[in-house]
Amino acid sequence: MQSLLNVPNGQQAQLVSVSERLLRKLKQYGLHPGDTLRVLRSAPWGGPLLVEVNGRELALGRSVAENLFVETECELH
Amino acid sequence: MRVALIGQPNCGKSTLFNQVAGYKAETGNFSGTTVTYTESRVRVAGEVIELVDLPGTYTLEGGSPAEEQAARYLDSKSVDVIVNVADSTHLASALELSLELLPLKKPVVLALNMLDEAARLGLRIDGEGLARQLNVPVLPLVASKGRGVKQLFLKSLEAGRKKQTSTRESSCAEARHQLAKELARQYVTQGERHVTWRDRIDDVLLHPVWGYAILLFVLYLFFQTVYGIGKVTEPPLLAFFDLITKAVLTPFGAGNLFSEILLGVLQGIAAGVAIVLPYLLPFLFGLGLLEDIGYLPRVAFLMDTFMHRIGLHGKAIVPFILGYGCNVPAVMSTRTLEEPRDRYLAAALATLVPCAARLAVVFGLVAFYLGPLAAFGLYLFNLIVIALTGRVLSKIMPEDTPGLILEMPTYRVPTLKNVLSKSWFRVREFVVEAWPILIVGSAVLSVLNYLDVAYVFNWLVRPVTWLMGLPSETGVPLIFGIFRKELSLVMLSQALGTINFGSALTKVQMVVYATFVMFYLPCLATLSALKRELGTRAMIAIGALTVVIALASALLVRGIASII
Repeated sequence: MQSLLNVPNGQQAQLVSVSERLLRKLKQYGLHPGDTLRVLRSAPWGGPLLVEVNGRELALGRSVAENLFVETECELH
Repeated sequence: MRVALIGQPNCGKSTLFNQVAGYKAETGNFSGTTVTYTESRVRVAGEVIELVDLPGTYTLEGGSPAEEQAARYLDSKSVDVIVNVADSTHLASALELSLELLPLKKPVVLALNMLDEAARLGLRIDGEGLARQLNVPVLPLVASKGRGVKQLFLKSLEAGRKKQTSTRESSCAEARHQLAKELARQYVTQGERHVTWRDRIDDVLLHPVWGYAILLFVLYLFFQTVYGIGKVTEPPLLAFFDLITKAVLTPFGAGNLFSEILLGVLQGIAAGVAIVLPYLLPFLFGLGLLEDIGYLPRVAFLMDTFMHRIGLHGKAIVPFILGYGCNVPAVMSTRTLEEPRDRYLAAALATLVPCAARLAVVFGLVAFYLGPLAAFGLYLFNLIVIALTGRVLSKIMPEDTPGLILEMPTYRVPTLKNVLSKSWFRVREFVVEAWPILIVGSAVLSVLNYLDVAYVFNWLVRPVTWLMGLPSETGVPLIFGIFRKELSLVMLSQALGTINFGSALTKVQMVVYATFVMFYLPCLATLSALKRELGTRAMIAIGALTVVIALASALLVRGIASII
C-alpha cells in the first residue's frame, strides 16, 4: 500500500484506503474504494495530479492525492 | 404538474432547462455553476408544467450545499416526475445517482444526454435493455442541439399521469456504486476509442512550461481585448449621457437641491452603463467563452499550486480573474467554493484585486504622470500584497479542506446562444443588485455636495491623509470613492481645483494616493455583495481589513518612494 503521490504517470492503481472524511468528498465525484485510478499527468511545483477514474478525469490536489492509499498492479499480483 | 430535472454536474441539465424554459439558468463547463434551483413555467404539448432545475449533484447524500438543496427539494415539494439527466459518456457514475432516485417512490424518467459525444467516444448504449432492467422509461437526448427534448417531456408527462414508481429499495452508496458499474458493463459497449485530440490539447495546455506560457498569453489577450473594447465604447457612451444630463437639467436651472439630486441620479445611471456595457459585458462574455470551452478547469489545474501558497486551491482562481473586471461578480462567484472558510478567504482577497474603476485611477495618476512602468510596478505590488494577506489570513484560518478535487471536462465547442445567455445572467445580477446602490449613493453624494460639507470630511479623515503625507483636500475624493471607485480620480480634480495633478501633488503623493485607492474599502456595491454572500459581520471585518492593508501599503510605498 502506498500513497497515490508515489504512483508514476501512466500507471494504474487501485484505491484501497482513505480517511472517512475525504471519502465523503470523493464519493461526490463518483470515486469509491476499489476503483481503478490511472495517473495521467501531474502539474509541476507541487501542483495537482490528473487521474482517470471510471472514464472521467479528475484533478486531485497534492494534499488529496497524498491521503489516497492505493495498491499498484504489481503489488496486487 | 411539477417536473424536476436532476443530474450530476456537467451532465447538460441546465442546457436542457434552457432549451425548454428559454435561458433562465446559468450553464457552464465548470462543476457547480448551479447552486440554487431555478423554476419556470413551460408549456409542453398543450399542458403547463412547473419545471425545476436542481443543482448538479453526484449524490444526494454528500452534504454539500448543492446536494442538500436538491435532496430537500425532492423530499419536500410536490414533485410529480423526476427527469434524471445522465451524461452518457460517464454512465457508470451517472447511474449511481439514478439508483438513488429510484427508491424515492416518484415516477422517474432517465434521459441519456450527450449521446452524440458518447458516439464519438465509440460508446454504444443499450437503452432498451437498461429501461427493462431499471423499469423506468429511458430516452435518448442531445440537449445542446435540442434533439429528443420534445419526446422526453411527452414521456415525462405520461409517466407523471401514470404515477408508476419503481419498486427498488434504497441501498448503501457502496452497493449503488458496484451495481452502477455492473449495469454500465452490461449495457454499454466500448467501440474504438479515439479521444486523442483531447489528450493532445491537454498535452499542450497542461504542459509544465507551455501550459503556463499559454495561460499568460490567454489572459493577456483576454484583458487586452476587454479593455480595448471598453476604451472604444466608453467615451461615446459618456458623451451621450452628458447630452442627456444637460437636456434634462436645463428646465430646472442649476444650484438648487432638486437639480443636484437629479444630477446625482443621472450620474449614477451613467456610471452603471459606463461600467456594464464597455467593461463588464465583454469581460463576462470572454469568461463565459473560456468556461464553456472547458479552459477554466485547466486554469484551476495549473494555478492550484500557487493558490495553495495563499491558503486556497485552484477553484478559487475564478473570483480573482473576475475581480479585475468588477469586484461584485467576483464576490458572487465565490459561491462555487464548497467550504465556508474558502468562500470567506477568496472573497476577502478578491476585493483587494483592482477592478476596472480602480484601474482608471492608477492609469490617470500613476501611468499618466510617472509612466506605464510605475503603474505596472504598482500592479505587481498589489499581487504581492494579496499573496501576503492570503498567507497571514490562512495562518489565522488554517486550511482544513482536503484540497482540490475538480472534474476536468472534455473540451466543447461553445455556442453563442449559451455564452450570451450566461453573460446576461451574470450582468443581470449586477444590474439588479449593484446598480440601484450606485444610483442611491450618487444621489446622496449630490446632497452632500449641495450642503457643502466637504470640509467636515476632510477634517474627519485628516489623521489618515496626514499619515500618508497627502494634502487634506484628498479626504473628500477618498471618502466619495467608496460610492464609486472612479470618483477618487474625478473628484480629486474638483478637490484640488485643477485637472493638472502634477501641479498640485508630488510624484510620491500620487503613488501613495493610488496605492491607498487600490486597496481601501471596496465600493458600496461590493460591500453589499459581501454582506449578501457572507453576512454583515464578514462584510465589516473584510472592510476593516482592507483599510488596514491600504494604510500599511500606502505607508510602505511612501517610505520606498521617498528613498528613490
